[in-house]
Amino acid sequence: MEPVNINHYLLLSAILFCIGVAGVLFRRNAIIIFMCIELMLNSVNLLLTAFSNQHNDASGQVFVIFIMAVAAAEVAVGLAILVMIYRNVKSTDIDVLNKLKW
Amino acid sequence: MDFLISAIPLVPLIGFLLNGIINKKMPQSLVGIIASGTVLFSFLISCYLFLQINNGSIKESYYSMFSWINAGSLNLGLSFLVDRLSVIMLLVVTGVGFLIHVYSIGYMKHDEDYSRFMSYLNLFIFFMLLLVMGSNYVVMFAGWEGVGLCSYLLIGFWFKNNDYNKAANKAFIMNRIGDLGFLLGLFLMYQTFSSLEFKDVFAAAGNYPSGDATLTAIALFLFIGAVGKSAQIPLYTWLPDAMAGPTPVSALIHAATMVTAGVYMVIRSNVIYTLAPFAGEIVAVIGLVTALMAASIGLKQNDIKKVLAYSTVSQLGYMFVALGVGAYTTALFHVVTHAFFKALLFLCAGSVIHAMSGEQDIRRMGGLKKYLPITHFTFLMGVLAISGVPLFSGFFSKDEILAVTWTYSPVMFTILAITSVLTATYMFRLYWLTFYGDFRGTHHQKEHLHESPSSMTVPLIILAVFSVIGGYIGMPEYINEKLGTHHVFTQFLNPIIYSPKEFILSHTFEFTLLIGTIIGLAIIYVMTKNMYVRDKVVPEDDSQTKSFQKVLANKYYVDELYDMIIRKPLEAFGELFYKIFDISIIDGIVNFIPRATNLTSSGLRLLQNGSVGFYLVSMVIGIILIFVFKMLL
Repeated sequence: MEPVNINHYLLLSAILFCIGVAGVLFRRNAIIIFMCIELMLNSVNLLLTAFSNQHNDASGQVFVIFIMAVAAAEVAVGLAILVMIYRNVKSTDIDVLNKLKW
Repeated sequence: MDFLISAIPLVPLIGFLLNGIINKKMPQSLVGIIASGTVLFSFLISCYLFLQINNGSIKESYYSMFSWINAGSLNLGLSFLVDRLSVIMLLVVTGVGFLIHVYSIGYMKHDEDYSRFMSYLNLFIFFMLLLVMGSNYVVMFAGWEGVGLCSYLLIGFWFKNNDYNKAANKAFIMNRIGDLGFLLGLFLMYQTFSSLEFKDVFAAAGNYPSGDATLTAIALFLFIGAVGKSAQIPLYTWLPDAMAGPTPVSALIHAATMVTAGVYMVIRSNVIYTLAPFAGEIVAVIGLVTALMAASIGLKQNDIKKVLAYSTVSQLGYMFVALGVGAYTTALFHVVTHAFFKALLFLCAGSVIHAMSGEQDIRRMGGLKKYLPITHFTFLMGVLAISGVPLFSGFFSKDEILAVTWTYSPVMFTILAITSVLTATYMFRLYWLTFYGDFRGTHHQKEHLHESPSSMTVPLIILAVFSVIGGYIGMPEYINEKLGTHHVFTQFLNPIIYSPKEFILSHTFEFTLLIGTIIGLAIIYVMTKNMYVRDKVVPEDDSQTKSFQKVLANKYYVDELYDMIIRKPLEAFGELFYKIFDISIIDGIVNFIPRATNLTSSGLRLLQNGSVGFYLVSMVIGIILIFVFKMLL
């Protein structure tokens, strides 16, 4: 059993990211899509932390803190929008949200 | 002292500004006083200058107001020159001009735009004075253009009638054609002599050999300008149409002053014309053809002003013949006498039209003698003068032109003599039809007939006096010999002529000419009187005229010809370009841009279908594509 090294982290975050992308593309529920986006963000966070550790450079981890702060703000706004959408159309299915077009 | 001459043109300009700007606040009588007073003032200064020059106390008067154009080697001042030539023109312009201003006070009294009319007249006098007083060709050209402008404004004075506007446009456009020639002449002159100042140009031109090609070209270009301004073939058709303007305008601009500007210009440039004999020949031939053609048209016109207009064209032709044969003083002599009798005839015609409540057709007149005694008598004086009856002014000047032409070419003399016969014929026809026979107008017009007010008749009388005695300043040699006098006019003018030609005539010839004139006129008098007074012949309606008479009544169809060979092709050309270039190319480009935008957007808008899933897929595909490109490049 080889020890956990950078390749494992890379693989994990790639898998997480792909799951995120697939979720965004194939799910129809806005909340699930939202969660998938968070998943992608966190896979990137994981990668940053792994490289930060690899290179002994703390700036990558500082970046992660930033991303988490921004993502928290984004989630607050996004969920608020979702609540409003639900109140109006009684659904969070993105196929219902097709009014914004020419 | 010399600065005084700058007041000659400037005072009428002030009159124009006063009448043009604050006319609404002034009583009508004051407008008239300002307008004619300013011209009178100029006339008095001109008289003073004339006396000074005549008694020899000054040779000429030069005054430069300011430096006008300074560009490289070109230095032009707004400067005035009064010498023997311009002082004569000054006397004619301001003298006859003043009388016509006074006449206009009566003639235009009831017009709603009275003060506008008077201010235009003053502006015209200003530009005309600029033209004759300029000491270089550019000031002359400024005046030349200015009088054209005033002519346009005054022909179209009654602008509510669209025909009058068209006549004004015609005059302006035809003049512009001539002006272009004049301008080209000036360019060539500047290139050749590096100056446009009269004295420099003439001094330099004097060094060229006779018949030099450049001088001939300059002379011909300048002559094109004269052809436009002085209504010679082929640019004469505007003058008869210019009769649309009020009658005082016809008298002042289209008979006495502006149309003689071309003659003045040629006399002023006599150095160049003397050294370009070929140009002289062209001038003479054009003048000759114009004189004959216009006189023949005059025979069949029935509008009192049109007859006089063609007569003016014809008389201008005479002047150009004289210029062409090199008799410059003779031409100016005819300018002076013509200014008197033609202004007189036009003003009389105005008086007749005034009495006839605007009627201009001589077929509706007749028997006016007893209603308009003063007009009748003065008109008769004018007719006798223009026909060349001995002892009247027209006789002396015309006789002199005929005589000098004889020494140049007997053929041209014969044609001019025939023209004289035609002149006398149409003038007497006009006279008999207007003043003798029975009244042919409506009953209403007959009740309204009256002699004009004194502001109109007094100028008539003064002009009539000059039409009679004006010729004694230039009596022929055989009379001078008997009386021991001189040809005053030629003597006065000769110093400004480059090389005065001596025209030597046998006395036998001159007597023959005199006797021939008397007999010819007597025959014309009797024949026309028999025809129009005894037999009461009245010209038939336009639709009744036949064969050659119809050609004459329709002015040789020259207007129609110009219409066909110039206006129609130009319009067709314009139409062609409108269709090909404007509609297809310009409009095509302009319309292509919105069409292309429209087409693209109607395709692209399908992408915005409102489905969030689709947007997400496109975004992911987009990102992937960016990565792929990034790796490939």
